[in-house]
Amino acid sequence: MAAATALRQLAPLGARLTRIPPHGRAAGRLLQQQQRRGLRLSAPAAIQVTVRDALNQALDEELERDERVFLLGEEVAQYDGAYKISRGLWKKYGDKRVIDTPISEMGFAGIAVGAAMAGLRPVCEFMTFNFSMQAIDQVINSAAKTCYMSAGLIGVPIVFRGPNGAAAGVAAQHSQCFAAWYGHCPGLKVVSPWSSEDAKGLLKAAIRDDNPVVMLENELLYGVPFELSEQAQSKDFVIPIGKAKIEREGTHITLVSHSRLVGHCLEAASVLAKEGVECEVINMRTIRPMDIEAVEASIVKTNHLITVEGGWPQFGVGAEICARIMEGPAFNYLDAPAVRVTGTDVPMPYAKILEDSSTPQVKDIIFAVKKVLNI
Amino acid sequence: MRKMLLAVLSRVLQSPAAAAAGGKTGAISEASRVMVASRNYADFANEATFEIKKCDLHRLEEGPSTTTVMTREEGLQYYKTMQTIRRMELKSDQLYKQKIIRGFCHLYDGQEACCVGLEAAIKPTDHVITAYRAHGFTYTRGVPVREILAELTGRKGGCAKGKGGSMHMYTKNFYGGNGIVGAQVPLGAGVALACKYFGKNEICLTLYGDGAANQGQIFETYNMAALWKLPCIFICENNRYGMGTSVERAAASTEYYRRGDFIPGLRVDGMDVLCVREAGKFAAEYCRSGKGPIVMELQTYRYHGHSMSDPGISYRTREEIQEVRSKSDPITLLKDRMVNNNLASIEELKDIDVAVRKEIEEAAQFATTDPEPPLEELCNHIYFNEPPFEVRGANQWTRYKSAS
Repeated sequence: MAAATALRQLAPLGARLTRIPPHGRAAGRLLQQQQRRGLRLSAPAAIQVTVRDALNQALDEELERDERVFLLGEEVAQYDGAYKISRGLWKKYGDKRVIDTPISEMGFAGIAVGAAMAGLRPVCEFMTFNFSMQAIDQVINSAAKTCYMSAGLIGVPIVFRGPNGAAAGVAAQHSQCFAAWYGHCPGLKVVSPWSSEDAKGLLKAAIRDDNPVVMLENELLYGVPFELSEQAQSKDFVIPIGKAKIEREGTHITLVSHSRLVGHCLEAASVLAKEGVECEVINMRTIRPMDIEAVEASIVKTNHLITVEGGWPQFGVGAEICARIMEGPAFNYLDAPAVRVTGTDVPMPYAKILEDSSTPQVKDIIFAVKKVLNI
Repeated sequence: MRKMLLAVLSRVLQSPAAAAAGGKTGAISEASRVMVASRNYADFANEATFEIKKCDLHRLEEGPSTTTVMTREEGLQYYKTMQTIRRMELKSDQLYKQKIIRGFCHLYDGQEACCVGLEAAIKPTDHVITAYRAHGFTYTRGVPVREILAELTGRKGGCAKGKGGSMHMYTKNFYGGNGIVGAQVPLGAGVALACKYFGKNEICLTLYGDGAANQGQIFETYNMAALWKLPCIFICENNRYGMGTSVERAAASTEYYRRGDFIPGLRVDGMDVLCVREAGKFAAEYCRSGKGPIVMELQTYRYHGHSMSDPGISYRTREEIQEVRSKSDPITLLKDRMVNNNLASIEELKDIDVAVRKEIEEAAQFATTDPEPPLEELCNHIYFNEPPFEVRGANQWTRYKSAS
């Protein structure tokens, strides 16, 4: 079948799906074909795409669009990426655009920042953000602050990306969430995608942004498929940095979250809906600059707030949201104190039973909702 | 004989400057005409050849040439530049003691031959990055003295609008001024990566000190620069002391030009501007030929302490400082060379000194009278190329606007 051959060529290289769903221009052609034959499609060519493939597409599209964009990090080239995010890109773009580095985070992060100062647009991958601590001086002191210190003379259009936060069974040194650490610093932008649409749109926006952007992905989400609308499949689809998204509308309570736990919030919301509690779930999408206005507008409607995050409670993202709500107009609309659901204040243990109690579960969110609503 | 005549005439005449001018445009008086006859610029040589010290080599078959030609014009330019830097640093010392400059101030006097020699070896389209002892390079890369001093005094006319300070001065193809010891080295290799990527045959000079030379990230950078053959010249300005720690107490190997291991290196007399220039040219050609990085160690000396809060005599002796000043001062070395080889006269160089002092005074005047940046400037330039947004101040009611 000619259509199937064409589709296979269009799909991300090495995709493991046996039947590749139509997307992009192929989907459009298929739609036209079917319409001519009098067939109807139910949804306008939305497709299921994993976060991994969405990130891969974003990188592919941006590498193609701008010659100055290049990717560097450990195992990004010949290994196809430690988590296969950059699968096929080295084969397509070669050594100049996709660079394997030695295990030298501080060195290659600094090299990436220097390249950005000199006019390139690097995407610097940390195999996990835990290793970014070795390079954090380059991220903060060299990347984030340079535009300010030079009074706007030198910009640093760099993206630092990689998996952040808890994975599964990787224990204490490989499970830390850095949202609060990077979110603390002026000069940086920090984004935290949840769905495939988030991942693709935010990565493209980050690469096109002239500022240093830290993109905190999540390893457990890489293999999860999400619906990617036709609009999101476009090569020019970007999500504005600094704008939150309401994933589910509700009236009784606002749940604000980022990254993987947005999914947990939606699960909790569907369980609670059966009991008549309608939760509004906000996906922050960006940690810095934070879209606190979206949270405020929601609280005006629901009068109750819970923040949900994977990171530790002390000085965390939730703490910042609560502080800002207190300082703003939304405080007067709260019928109860704002509450945080966070990771347990402990280095991540290995044993599954302990790990399960170290990161928020759906039941923890439901419990908190009922406490806040006093039901 | 000619020198004696000149000396006599200079004592006799009242205005050497006018007489010198008379040599160019026509005599003002009889005495001046006599002066003209003896001090015609045609009397100076156009150039001279100099022997320079041989460099110690690491993994190199040949090094820079041991003779070099310097023209009169070049000599005058090097002299003026070095003298300007010297006087600018001394003026900064003065302003700091008057508390008009605050915070960190790391002075470069004694090391002038390094930045002047290197700039003479490269092109304006090449790139330079250094650490915090950066005023010399800031000047040689093209920032005027008044903008440097105004940045030190924190005024809006400073090259970073007063927002950077001593360690954060930038200009085209000059990436600072970096406060974190050693962090500038990977940055410099990154700039070199961009040079290679864009393919315009540009290189990057990446400078660091003897103290920074022990930073791990430098060795990570050596590895990647050599692997990827980045056009990067790693330059260690070895002034013998990392803050208060002498090289013997800090480094198991003080042969900094060898520390690149698999990267070739050369050790250069950093007090001789011509030596630095020749070594710089050699290294630049090496990089441009695509062979990869090279390491250069410049043996130099700083007269001041590590910073203005360090008198500089608790870990070294006054005698040592005095000895370097009397035997190896870069400006004196150049002056002697020029005068002894008939490239310039002492008077001419003195005239340059006077002109330089005047320039520095005017710059200092600007730096002390220019207004401080307005409060509206506080939150600008947090981001690059960004629509304006609001920034929180000390409390929730204080808001500032940030423009790019």
